[in-house]
Amino acid sequence: MIERLKRMMIKEFLQVLRDPRMLGVIFGVPLIQTLVFGYAVSTDVTDVPTAVVDRDRSPASRELVAAFTSSGHFRVVSAEGGMERAQAMLDDGSAGAVLRIDEGFAGDLEGGRTARVQLIVDGTDSNTARVVLVYANRITERFSGAVRAAPAGGVQLVHRAWFNENLESRNFFVPGIIAMLVMLVTVILTSMAVVREKEVGTIEQLLVSPITPAEFILGKTLPFAIIGYVDVLLVSLLGVFWFDVPIRGSVLLLLLATTFYLMTTLGIGLLISTACRTQQQALMMVFLVFFPFVLLSGFMFPIENMPRAVQYLTWVNPLRYFLVILRGIFLKGTGVEILWPQMAALLAMGAALLAAATLRFRKTSA
Amino acid sequence: MSDAIAVAGLGRRFGAFHAVRDVTFAVARGEIFGYLGANGAGKSTTIRILCGLLAPTAGRAAVAGVDVAADPEGVKRRIGYMSQKFSLYPDLTVEENLDFFGGAYGFAGRELRRRIDAVVEETDLRALRGAATQSLPAGLQQRVALANALLHDPELLFLDEPTAGVDPVSRREFLALVRRRVRRGATVFLTTHYMDEAEYCDRLCLIYRGELAALGTPEELKDRLMKEAVLEVRTGRPLEAAELLGGLPEVRGAALFGESVHAVVENPDEAVPRVRAALEAAGFPGALVERIPPSLEDVFVSLVEERDRREGEIREVRR
Repeated sequence: MIERLKRMMIKEFLQVLRDPRMLGVIFGVPLIQTLVFGYAVSTDVTDVPTAVVDRDRSPASRELVAAFTSSGHFRVVSAEGGMERAQAMLDDGSAGAVLRIDEGFAGDLEGGRTARVQLIVDGTDSNTARVVLVYANRITERFSGAVRAAPAGGVQLVHRAWFNENLESRNFFVPGIIAMLVMLVTVILTSMAVVREKEVGTIEQLLVSPITPAEFILGKTLPFAIIGYVDVLLVSLLGVFWFDVPIRGSVLLLLLATTFYLMTTLGIGLLISTACRTQQQALMMVFLVFFPFVLLSGFMFPIENMPRAVQYLTWVNPLRYFLVILRGIFLKGTGVEILWPQMAALLAMGAALLAAATLRFRKTSA
Repeated sequence: MSDAIAVAGLGRRFGAFHAVRDVTFAVARGEIFGYLGANGAGKSTTIRILCGLLAPTAGRAAVAGVDVAADPEGVKRRIGYMSQKFSLYPDLTVEENLDFFGGAYGFAGRELRRRIDAVVEETDLRALRGAATQSLPAGLQQRVALANALLHDPELLFLDEPTAGVDPVSRREFLALVRRRVRRGATVFLTTHYMDEAEYCDRLCLIYRGELAALGTPEELKDRLMKEAVLEVRTGRPLEAAELLGGLPEVRGAALFGESVHAVVENPDEAVPRVRAALEAAGFPGALVERIPPSLEDVFVSLVEERDRREGEIREVRR
């Protein structure tokens, strides 16, 4: 049993490590994806090109514009000219926002009346536009707070973001990449490894040998589980040491949760392999299931915003649970006392998927 | 000692299709048993049942004294299997393949090394141990596959069209290796559709449309089962001659054999002059017509045609 398993694992590693394409999938893809997400994909908005239409031309109006630019989120690209010019700049995309201050702004402030300022934002990209508006609101609040030097009572809202103090999207994405990549790599490797045996015809040779289905399945999953762990470590190290993503929770808990998660991805890979005859079919299937998993996981789009029916669907998405666990461990430092429902869900799904794959494998091989 | 393989009333159905139906035969220990048939005749289904890969739907089969339906795993440990596709890992070396399959049979350490050395010696692969399997020509891959199948010293060797797509010289060398194993006590069950390979077997079994059509030594099949005589007809235009001969009333069947035509007749003494006359009349002057001893191929062609004729008659009657 042990000897047979050992031989199977040695063989799988030899085959994977000898195949440059597979090496690329295992090590190249995670590194590149982490770098891409770490550097390029960021929902933080800085330097929005802004056209200023200042009709008041008072010290107060200049102070407001300065408040916008000094925040780092806005960069003035045009300070002269009227609304027509600003509108043209919005149209051709050279400006992303227009800040319009009408005559009487300073007067209103001095007179204690509400001073009106207009911000027009290019709403083509709704997410960015929303972020810009939030920034603008914060800046104007702070500005009016400074003007009303002595607030007569009143309520003041103070924001503070916990767990990701600077609201860096990188901290949110890097743990997500771990979940996504581990799924992609292990599902591809597992499904391809089994289907390749079918393609070459070696599966017959294995079936007439005393290797049992259990040994076969273990031999086909353990090596890729190990590769999965390596990828988790690789991306984590890159995230923590290169991108300064905090890791506040227990690394042991991370590994344990990874184990449960790997059970689900390896089970999916095996199931795909029982349904496919060629490696091409298997690869198509992998992407067919992979994209819904990613899109419905909360990796990019919040689950709360999805229609109710789709939200139910996400309950059978292992990626969803692992994302919660990863973000919990990395950013919040939460422990098993809070994350156990997600861990239990992964364990149950993993056990069910592996059992289903084993059953199906027996049936197809008999 | 019991037979190496004992099959009684064996059948396998896939839905309404009978891949194998009511097949009965026995293979003695130390025999090379040839299992012949066209593609789709049921050869592979039989071999898969005997190797414990497929459960029979009717009848019984015992391999090395073990019932295949009751204990397929017991069967697997006792047999070596090599298929037409030479199931090796192309991206591993010869040695790595042997390591892996040896490990699959539970061998390790010094025992594994000893066995690998032995089969490498036996199949003359010393120089190629480190070669990538996919870089080897078909004949050598076939030898590696044989070495693989021999690693655990099986009492029974199943060879499923082992020489398909291999050149004649390699095929002869391969059969010599198999013969050597048999001398050391192994039994061989071989499927093929090469007639020269069939002549090499101690006994033959012809399977046609899932049913057993003939069973015996090559000589027996030629003498006993071939009631008709075979005439070899040589003309310059074999295709047209075959067409003409097939239409003659005394010819049961005519088939192309290379440059000549083989015509099966019931009464050669009467038929020879008539065939000559018919050929002359049809414009084949100087055609050579000669009675020859039937080859295995003649035997099988005539057996198959005989069967088709009988089944055709049955259908006629039913109608």
